Amino acid sequence: MKIAIPAEIHQGENRLATSPEVVGKLIAAGFEVVVESDAGKGASIGDDVFRGMGAEIARDTESTWAAGDLILKVRPPEFNKELGRHEIDLMQEGAHLISFIWPAQNEELMQHLAERKLTVQAMDSIPRISRAQKLDALSSMANIAGYRAVIEASHQFKRFVSGQITAAGKVDPAKVLVIGAGVAGLAAIGTAKSLGAIVRAFDTRPEVKEQILSMDAEFLELDFEEDGTGQGGYAKVMSKEFVAAEMELFARQAYEVDIIITTALVPGKPAPKLITRGMLESMRDGSVIIDLASEQGGNCEATVPGEVVYKHGVYIVGYTDLPSRLAAQSSQLYATNIYNLIMEMCPQKDGSITVDMEDEVIRGATVVNRGEITWPPPPIAVGAERKPSFGGQAIKPEQDDAKAQPTTGVVVASEISRFSKSVWFPLILGGLALFGLGQVAPPSFMVHFTVFVLSCFIGYMVIWNVSPSLHTPLMSVTNAISSIIILGALTQISSGNSLIYILAAISVFITCINIVGGFSVTQRMLQMFRG
Amino acid sequence: MAMSSSLVTVAYLASAVLFILALGGLSSNETARRGNLFGIIGMIIAVAMTIAAFVTRHYEWLVALMVAGGVIGFILARRVQMTQMPELVAILHSLVGLAAVLIGFATFLDASVEYLGVEKTIHEIEIYIGVCIGALTFTGSVIAYGKLSGIIGGQPMMLPARHWLNLAILIGVIVVGVKFVGETDHQQATLLLLAMTVLALVFGIHMVAAIGGADMPVVISMLNSYSGWAAAATGFMLSNDLLIVTGALVGSSGAILSYIMCRAMNRHFISVIAGGFGTGGGSSAGPSIEGEVQAIDTPVMADLLNNAKNVMIVPGYGMATAQAQHAVADITRTLIKKGVKVRFGIHPVAGRMPGHMNVLLAEAKVPYDIVFEMDEINGDFPKVDVSIVVGANDTVNPLAQEDVDSPIAGMPVLEVWKGKTTVVLKRSMAAGYAGVDNPLFVKENTRMLFGDARDSLEALSQAL
Repeated sequence: MKIAIPAEIHQGENRLATSPEVVGKLIAAGFEVVVESDAGKGASIGDDVFRGMGAEIARDTESTWAAGDLILKVRPPEFNKELGRHEIDLMQEGAHLISFIWPAQNEELMQHLAERKLTVQAMDSIPRISRAQKLDALSSMANIAGYRAVIEASHQFKRFVSGQITAAGKVDPAKVLVIGAGVAGLAAIGTAKSLGAIVRAFDTRPEVKEQILSMDAEFLELDFEEDGTGQGGYAKVMSKEFVAAEMELFARQAYEVDIIITTALVPGKPAPKLITRGMLESMRDGSVIIDLASEQGGNCEATVPGEVVYKHGVYIVGYTDLPSRLAAQSSQLYATNIYNLIMEMCPQKDGSITVDMEDEVIRGATVVNRGEITWPPPPIAVGAERKPSFGGQAIKPEQDDAKAQPTTGVVVASEISRFSKSVWFPLILGGLALFGLGQVAPPSFMVHFTVFVLSCFIGYMVIWNVSPSLHTPLMSVTNAISSIIILGALTQISSGNSLIYILAAISVFITCINIVGGFSVTQRMLQMFRG
Repeated sequence: MAMSSSLVTVAYLASAVLFILALGGLSSNETARRGNLFGIIGMIIAVAMTIAAFVTRHYEWLVALMVAGGVIGFILARRVQMTQMPELVAILHSLVGLAAVLIGFATFLDASVEYLGVEKTIHEIEIYIGVCIGALTFTGSVIAYGKLSGIIGGQPMMLPARHWLNLAILIGVIVVGVKFVGETDHQQATLLLLAMTVLALVFGIHMVAAIGGADMPVVISMLNSYSGWAAAATGFMLSNDLLIVTGALVGSSGAILSYIMCRAMNRHFISVIAGGFGTGGGSSAGPSIEGEVQAIDTPVMADLLNNAKNVMIVPGYGMATAQAQHAVADITRTLIKKGVKVRFGIHPVAGRMPGHMNVLLAEAKVPYDIVFEMDEINGDFPKVDVSIVVGANDTVNPLAQEDVDSPIAGMPVLEVWKGKTTVVLKRSMAAGYAGVDNPLFVKENTRMLFGDARDSLEALSQAL
């Protein structure tokens, strides 16, 4: 069986779908390999290297495509302007293709692939289960994007990343905030750490805290309980209150940090806007934001996909081709992922592949089988889903829009129903009671009643803020001020009625014990709480 | 002396704001003392203005009584041991209740202001409610004081048919109330008011007597709340907004504290008030505990602590009764000097009133940044080398999590048994207030140090 690797023609794409080592391994497994001339140019790999590994070098594009029983690609096939033909039409009918496809967004392409009776494995549709980790090209690319994000940030940042003490003075280390600790985020944390930065990270999914701490970064926490774990280890949309708390945290961090790397994606949704213009203004001049979600609209309001913009004194990097900027590395990892996929289909290493649709990994990856569209695959049995070892909120650098997964809305709905049960009933009851009171009570009473109800609310608001360690002083001070009841006795003490006078006098006496006793014992306790 | 009523209103407004600031100040240690000062100023303004506006004679008696009361209060506040704070707070609550009753009667007897129609009815209802709350706060607090100071036994008093008794008193209060409002003869009405007062006094006694010692934090908070409502009711009857505002503040404060305490014990407020502990479920304690208690002596424990890196101290009411807080602080200081990480884990209902342990530790000058609330620290026990339980029992009882039939089931507890070693300081093997055996004592990694907590700790301090 002949495997052909054509050059990538997508604008700005430097990767290719193989590497010299993988060529050698494929040949060892019994395949013949054809590589298009100059295919490795973008990744700095010359034709001679491939030839040295035993590959045949094809002269031109058309002969490469025509030669392959199995074509390996990075980008989905597209229209080749130079040749005036679509890449799919360059293939043999019934041939085999492994590439990124993004079937959800490329319906037309899928139809085209089916018409040509092809069999296609999409590298973006590999199921996220443990066994398939070594095939997971999304994680490989995310890892590279995370690394490159720090390198790009350091490039734009006009200072050292690490702290240094030199003869010419002290340099503070840069402070880096990583938002979203999926594969890309964790890679960014690791890279920034090794450059010597102070790294903080935030994620809505509590289980990644340990991973962040294990990389020696600081985990920023909200004083708010909500689990952001959605399906397949991805994050989900959070409640309004959570987002508000989160934004406040980011706003505070924006004052302090020099570099922000955002990787927050929610499957099937535009990227959440986490960095507002106001935060940009509060950042120090010369700070850098690397927006890894820029292809999905960006986590920063000012992001322009594919470009670096300079706004409010901050560089906002919206590159969407970070893995391609590390073409040799990306090609090597991607080629290895593809090699592992081929080996799943070629257990005997006899130079031929069989598509076993019973195998859940192959079933998931195969989007077209002999001209029949087999996407989307049936759901994998519950429990087989894995939490990707490296976090999981994989950033998908090449994706136009993420896979549609309806994971949101559930939480909100259940909250509303709970709210209605616990709050509406007392509210209605209270409303009726007030209505009844309003019917009979004179206006003078209602004035006092208004004061009373509002005071209860003030009390409620104020008391919840009291620190639990000060609850005893709280009781003694409320005790002292509740002796304000002395006012009643004072208005009565001048009465001509001797009985009233005596009652008032006793009241004055005992409330004074209370006032002085309450305040002074509170003071005594609070003295102890000093320092 | 005549005063413009607007001036009085402004003064009252200032006092109300100052009281709110006083409570708001308690949100942190730094602002708390300033807050207390605000409270004192607010009180002085209110009292001075009222005297200036309303008092026309009897000055000499007024001054004498205020000075006498003040001096007594001051001496009480100076003399009281920090461990006795709950008693002091309880007795002070009773005074507010008593004052509310007296002022209520005085207002009722005062014929100088005439009310007509609905206003009269409302005024009478206000008096009635004010006196009622005041009376039950008064006797309830006195009984609480008795229980806390040991004059009355801590066990709940379980009268037969006590729920029916409560219900009967409640109905009696309502019936008398209806008669009272409809009564036109002043003499007769006074008698009815007196009758209700007696009923409320009995109710206060019975209510608190039926509540067990471990529920005291709830009772104290609840009485705190009642004293506030009594003040608010008095405010209504005197048409005084400052009293209403202050009463409402205090009332809601106490109510929130009661709620926090109930939540910390996983008990429903109603069931605490209804009295008795664990009366709803089966006979008594759950399965009896089997296993060997392993005792330890001070030198061994000193060794244990010297080799520990991470120590957690869990104080309970026993620390207060043994007055052991200074010994605990000594040991803490010694260990910190040796480089051991020492922290305190405080259960919200440890002690006999909210925040009781914090006050004791602050008195002994334990730095507050190593004192943590249960929720902050409960996850850390697996990393703790030695936990020292000083006079706590129910708040560290694993049965709360393990046995659904236990009377304390579901109550959040400090998970000391998850640490490497736990040393429990205890006088004897008696059960806690909840009357529940504690399997913590026979866990393999638990050691018991028997004896008075203070003596044991002082010996330990020497050994270190």
